[in-house]
Amino acid sequence: MLSTVLIYKALIALGVFAVSLVIAMYSTYGERKIAAFIQDRVGPDRAGPWGILQPLADGGKMFLKEELIPGIANKWLFILGPSISMFVANISSVVIPWARPMVMEDGSTFHFQVSDINIGVLYVFGVVSIGVYGIMIGGWASNNKYSLLGTLRASSQMISYELAMGLSLVALIMTTGSLSLNDIVEKQDADFCNFVYQPLGFLIFIICAFAECNRAPFDLPESESELVGGYHTEFTSMKLGFYLFAEYINMFASSALMATLYFGGYHFPFENELIPSLGENGVRILGFVLLMGKIIFFIFLFMWVRWTIPRFRYDQLMNLGWKSLLPLSILNLVLTGIIMAFTEGWLKF
Amino acid sequence: MITQYLFYFLSALAITGAIFVVFTRNPVYSALALIVTFFSIAGHYFLLNSTFLAAVHIIVYSGAIMVLFLYVIMMMNLNLDEEPVKTNFAKFGAVISGCLLMLVLIVALRDAEKMSIQNNISEGLGTVNYLGQVLYKNYLLPFEVSAILFLSGMVGAVLLGKREIQ
Repeated sequence: MLSTVLIYKALIALGVFAVSLVIAMYSTYGERKIAAFIQDRVGPDRAGPWGILQPLADGGKMFLKEELIPGIANKWLFILGPSISMFVANISSVVIPWARPMVMEDGSTFHFQVSDINIGVLYVFGVVSIGVYGIMIGGWASNNKYSLLGTLRASSQMISYELAMGLSLVALIMTTGSLSLNDIVEKQDADFCNFVYQPLGFLIFIICAFAECNRAPFDLPESESELVGGYHTEFTSMKLGFYLFAEYINMFASSALMATLYFGGYHFPFENELIPSLGENGVRILGFVLLMGKIIFFIFLFMWVRWTIPRFRYDQLMNLGWKSLLPLSILNLVLTGIIMAFTEGWLKF
Repeated sequence: MITQYLFYFLSALAITGAIFVVFTRNPVYSALALIVTFFSIAGHYFLLNSTFLAAVHIIVYSGAIMVLFLYVIMMMNLNLDEEPVKTNFAKFGAVISGCLLMLVLIVALRDAEKMSIQNNISEGLGTVNYLGQVLYKNYLLPFEVSAILFLSGMVGAVLLGKREIQ
């Protein structure tokens, strides 16, 4: 039944959209609470018990602020910039499988995933590589020198770190033998998770993910102390909200990717032993909950690093990207190839 | 049926974008229109079932090359009033070369026959597996040689860049 599957897929798409928005919303609360904890403060505690209504208050404030478009700015591109940022942030979690596939009554397998594209990893790359346009267009259209400087920093930073990220993923694809995220997760079922095989690759990937999300210590495009607000200096109201919110959604999406690619996604140790006692669905739900747990741990890691490590200088950022991460990822690729050539028996001695 | 409508939509988008690239006066608009054109061409690749080519087209052209283009244009901050004034000689040359191109196109298209493409392509054509098999088995040597060519181009560019600093 094509239409039934289509309805289920639409429901999953809506669910993923809602979950990523809610998690991003509460990431802002989490970030303020974690920052407060690290800096020995209390953090937001007035809106609701323990301040848990704070994100709603923030969102309401963002919506009700005065909408301001500078007269010198390019109006359409000024509106287009934040829209692209938000759109791209939301489409990146399409290929992530959320729970164990279910075998339907008619024998077909149903994947808990919005779309099973057979080039899943490449799709993620494509989305990551066009993510910079929102910042570029918005920053340029502001017609402000601080915005332009932030834009230039963002674009050169993203281009530089994309390369190392791509190469670290190529090594992962080599060990898995597939570009589909479903296959990558299923491969980690019987085996160890990919982190065991690719520790260096994961390290490079997570550093690049920080840089791609423009998170501290790589938040030079919006460094408040030098560029006021970087690319979003001129933005007010919900357009600013979109930029800030897109950053949190990107964090959620890249945490989900890291959990899926390197930490087994919805798989967890001894799950096959648990199937008799919990049942297939119980294990499926437990796997989903654990996947969410992994994602929330990575989001926490993002915040932990932000409030621990100071910002890089710009030349240090470029040196790290081109002179350390890129050679390291090539080394990782070559090492993976050599080890695979021996273990898979391509070379006979 | 829906693919046909998508084809018309993407074609219209690609052609409009391409025309806009040429006719707009603002270089940033021009670059943005080129990005739209690249996306619609990637959409055509998707319709032709070659997902790999579509993804790589987006990653390389829209994601890397056009970002660098925009970067350079924004850095140079080209304004309308700073547009270089061309001499009459250059304009005359441009008109003549344009007419010559038109002539070549007319000659080439005059004898063109309307032909239908035979649909005997196998199902997996354009997927990653098929492409990998072809590139790494049938055309391994040309593929590697072209990779070395790219590498030498890169080394040359770095060398040129270094020489200017010293």
